[in-house]
Amino acid sequence: MRLAASDVILVGVEGLRSRPARALLSALGVAIGIATMVAVVGISASSRADLLDQLDRLGTGLLRVAPGDTVFGGAARLPKTATRMVRAVEAVESVASTGLTGVPAYRTGHIPQARTAGLLVQAATADLLGTLKTPLRRGLWLNAATERQRAVVLGGLAAGRLGAGPGDQVWIGGQWWTVVGVLDNSTLAPEIDRSVLIGFPAAERYLAFDGHPTTIYTRAADEHVVGVRDVLARTVSPEHPEEVKVSRPSDALAARAAATDAFTGVLLGVGAVALLVGGVGVANTMVISVLERRREIGLRRALGATRGQVRTQFLTESLLLSCLGGAAGAGCGAAVTLGFAVWRDLHAVIPLWALGGGLAATLLVGAVAGIFPAMRAARLPPTLALATA
Amino acid sequence: MIELIGAEKTYPGGVRALRGVDLRVAAGELVAIVGPSGSGKSTMLHLIGTLDRPSAGTVRIAGHDVAGLDDAGLAELRARHIGFVFQSFHLSEHLSALGNVADGLLYAGVRRGERTRRAAEALRRVGLGHRLDHRPGQLSGGEKQRVAVARAIVGEPALLLADEPTGNLDSAAGAEVLAILRRLHGDGTTVAVITHDNEVAAAAPRRIRLRDGRIV
Repeated sequence: MRLAASDVILVGVEGLRSRPARALLSALGVAIGIATMVAVVGISASSRADLLDQLDRLGTGLLRVAPGDTVFGGAARLPKTATRMVRAVEAVESVASTGLTGVPAYRTGHIPQARTAGLLVQAATADLLGTLKTPLRRGLWLNAATERQRAVVLGGLAAGRLGAGPGDQVWIGGQWWTVVGVLDNSTLAPEIDRSVLIGFPAAERYLAFDGHPTTIYTRAADEHVVGVRDVLARTVSPEHPEEVKVSRPSDALAARAAATDAFTGVLLGVGAVALLVGGVGVANTMVISVLERRREIGLRRALGATRGQVRTQFLTESLLLSCLGGAAGAGCGAAVTLGFAVWRDLHAVIPLWALGGGLAATLLVGAVAGIFPAMRAARLPPTLALATA
Repeated sequence: MIELIGAEKTYPGGVRALRGVDLRVAAGELVAIVGPSGSGKSTMLHLIGTLDRPSAGTVRIAGHDVAGLDDAGLAELRARHIGFVFQSFHLSEHLSALGNVADGLLYAGVRRGERTRRAAEALRRVGLGHRLDHRPGQLSGGEKQRVAVARAIVGEPALLLADEPTGNLDSAAGAEVLAILRRLHGDGTTVAVITHDNEVAAAAPRRIRLRDGRIV
């Protein structure tokens, strides 16, 4: 005579309800393991998705050209013609350059000289924003008129440090300059965040800037970027290509995305150990349960339960215990992921395979932890109910 | 209903609890199995209740030879034909009287709603219709044993086995339980009461005395 599935579960729940504190504690062990694993996967997937999203948005076609060192150990300079040369390279879509003026910027003229707040006053060409895909947060970018005047656009960080926005004045090279715009974060070129940007003509006129670019940013279509990179050094400085450093800023993002995987692997292992310990807890609970409930087992046999039904009952209890823990753990893990995503301003990503894997792990733990105690329960002779009066 | 032919039981370690017992109990009888402790009463109960198999000889219950049944077959025999009442009640503290009695039908393949309905009916038969939702902790000893009797008869078994059913009860409660057993016997159920209490035994029309594993 087989029991209906609902009866099997009902009897299992009844068994757990008879000792609720113990059931909760042993489920807690599984919950901690599953929560760790789901949270680890969720957090790393969310971070990764965000990095990949940024990569998608910013593209991988940006190249950064900077002067390296000369063979004698001195600092090299990029030729003034460099920007024009790069623009001539086939497959290059846009080019922009910046030049460090070496002049500090201050909120007012009364601030001590040494307190530069780590800001760089840089000359920038008009197509810098388009090349970097850095959005403007407020105000305007430099145009043909303002790049000749004492007008500045602040990088995101620089605006914060100077406490200035569009319409405010900042003190550069002994003169007041007017802020016309503020940039958003520049993920691919973090140095722009700390920059106070002015036009090349203005820099040469008011700050005695020599006009040599210190960084050239160029963007090519993603599929041509490797080819462009190979020729850039020679293009920029045909005589001393070895003095030119070319890098691909998106590599750092890609590397970070890849690094989350390795990290996830390690933490997932930690979660698995926690789950294993939780499983041992469930097994322990079940073993004790069988010892304590010999009377009940005998009674059920007298009422007509087969060995198989007793075995099923204890296996069901074990599975219910671990599923209880698994469900609570998955919930906690998802909540942690969500909290992390809100804190870091990411989209929460909880991969289905993580939840599915968690469920599978839970069932496996429940089955493995329960099978031995359940078999012991089934082997107990039915005369027990009467013997232990 | 009960047929033992040359039934022997020897436990591992060499204890011979039953030494060739022949016994026939017809359907509808009320018998008392009496004897001092160690006489083999419990062993006989295990054999009659199909909770254990004889080392030698034949045990036939409700027409089924125990030797010819496997574990599932024996379990089904118990579920359908035998009701047990134990000295210490064996009720679940976490279930109501109704839930405890309904569990008596769990392994007989009866659906849940039907189990509850028949459980209520069985409780009314033992005079506990007003105690359906009480837990064992809220019941007196006599009431607990009546719940246990209700659980034993809820499946309307042909054979009711009671192991010292009054052993843990005062005389008034014991008399009540005995009265119920007699009423069930009057309704046609075969009842076997295992006891060492002579008063209980005196209430039965037929007494089977055991001593040292033999009927005397």
